[in-house]
Amino acid sequence: MISINNLSKQFTIKKQKIKAVDQLTLDIKEGEIFGVIGYSGAGKSTFVRLLNRLEEPTTGEIKIAGKNITAMKGKELRLARQEIGMIFQHFNLLWSRTVEQNIAFPLEIAGVPKTERAKRVQELIQLVDLSGRENAYPSQLSGGQKQRVGIARALANNPKVLLCDEATSALDPETTNAILDLLVDINEKLGLTIILITHEMHVIRKICHQVAVMENGSIVEQGDVLDVFHRPQQAVTKKFVEQIMGLTDDEDEVEPILATYNQGKMIRLHFLGETTNQALISQLSKQFAIEINIVQGKITHTKRGAYGTLFVQMLGEQAEMDAAIAYVTNETSVEVEVIQHVE
Amino acid sequence: MWNELFPNVKADALWEATYETFYMTIISIAGTFILGILLGLLLYLTKKNGIWENKWLHFITAAFVNVFRAIPFIILIFLLFPVTLIIVGTIRGPEAALPALILGAAPFYGRLVEIALTEVDKGVVEAAKAMGAKTRTILFKVLLPESMPALVSGITVTAIALIGYTAMAGAIGAGGLGNYAYYFGFQRRDYDIVLVSTIVIVCIVFIFQFIGDMIAKKLDKR
Repeated sequence: MISINNLSKQFTIKKQKIKAVDQLTLDIKEGEIFGVIGYSGAGKSTFVRLLNRLEEPTTGEIKIAGKNITAMKGKELRLARQEIGMIFQHFNLLWSRTVEQNIAFPLEIAGVPKTERAKRVQELIQLVDLSGRENAYPSQLSGGQKQRVGIARALANNPKVLLCDEATSALDPETTNAILDLLVDINEKLGLTIILITHEMHVIRKICHQVAVMENGSIVEQGDVLDVFHRPQQAVTKKFVEQIMGLTDDEDEVEPILATYNQGKMIRLHFLGETTNQALISQLSKQFAIEINIVQGKITHTKRGAYGTLFVQMLGEQAEMDAAIAYVTNETSVEVEVIQHVE
Repeated sequence: MWNELFPNVKADALWEATYETFYMTIISIAGTFILGILLGLLLYLTKKNGIWENKWLHFITAAFVNVFRAIPFIILIFLLFPVTLIIVGTIRGPEAALPALILGAAPFYGRLVEIALTEVDKGVVEAAKAMGAKTRTILFKVLLPESMPALVSGITVTAIALIGYTAMAGAIGAGGLGNYAYYFGFQRRDYDIVLVSTIVIVCIVFIFQFIGDMIAKKLDKR
């Protein structure tokens, strides 16, 4: 759907050259929600603005739906932009227009006739759940409502791609969740490819299929959200994962637990993907003559299934415990790690 | 009462002078509004990182604006006599004041327009660009509507300066209240005429200020 090849953007500020985006190569599949995460200054915002050429790339090539965006000029580029929706951190609505008129604006640009425009605006207002607020001005709306107008406006011309530049960063957590739900809904309903820039791992966890981590203008890590959560390679990725999971695999944290629970086996279960939905713990205690005590853990849900770790204490006969561990290892996708075994 | 306080003021003469002042003010406001917006847009669009970035055009426009803003109005009138003679055909009367009024006020208003346009949220312009808008659409559907309250309060300030200019033009033969106060009042030592003219001009200023404020407030949905 979107293929980016060797994309670079260099700014010259006070005669100093700054590489905001550095030789970036990336493929994004159709219908995917692709998250790009990074700290401020990582170049992620420049990256997303290069995609619809709000910034001109220094070198490289961008293809969206087979069309070479980087080679386009004038009218051709304007028409291509109509097929790429964009939403912004600060919404960027026209304060002089009502909700209705704001949503109609891209339709006016595309030259849609008036009656058709009114019909489409009504559809979009329904879609983003703003019925009854058609004639309000942006100043009369809450942040979440403003972003809904932004989303409706971005979708007006039935784009194939939606670019989200820190779309939830100016919203409170509850509103953020509502907007993210709306984005997922749109992604599923319309099959829209969404590229989302954020500095919050929470956003990636909640709605993205794929994630890329950016640092100093380059993508340092990329993959399925679950994989990146489970095995973060780079220091920056680990930090982002910690935002959600707390410190993981930290020996300092394990020691006091082991000291307290000094009976039976201490086991760490790594959940990865769908199996978290199964009642693993209760199954084990039914099938095997063992007792399981949940000591500590954190499970979180991503778009690709659940992910997390659970510390449990197993008590019982040695043979039963081994059988239970073998069962988990062989029959489920949960990984087992025996930390301590007290005879 | 009226005759005791203002023995020399003739109602029809006062009315005619007031009418002429209104005439000069309103026509020159219209001219200033159009020319000023053109100048302001040109300044805004051609400046560095602007939509039509063009160093030379910007320099020429800025030079024109600065030069005409620097010339004192009374001198500008004399300076424009030959031009006025060609355009209007006379150098006397309210019509003859119009070229000088417009050329005197438009550069000032042009700067106010430029400031108003600069204040428009860059993000909104960017959003329009991202939607595939043409420059013309950005001009007429984003920049001008979004800066409209500032454009209106700017023209109000300019209008009040213009009323002052009409009095100055009046004093050298353009008619209006300035003319009335100077020739019939000051030169004949009939100071009641000067006083009445002043009161009427102050009232006109208040009316324009009131209307301007009202429109700007009504337009502002922020």
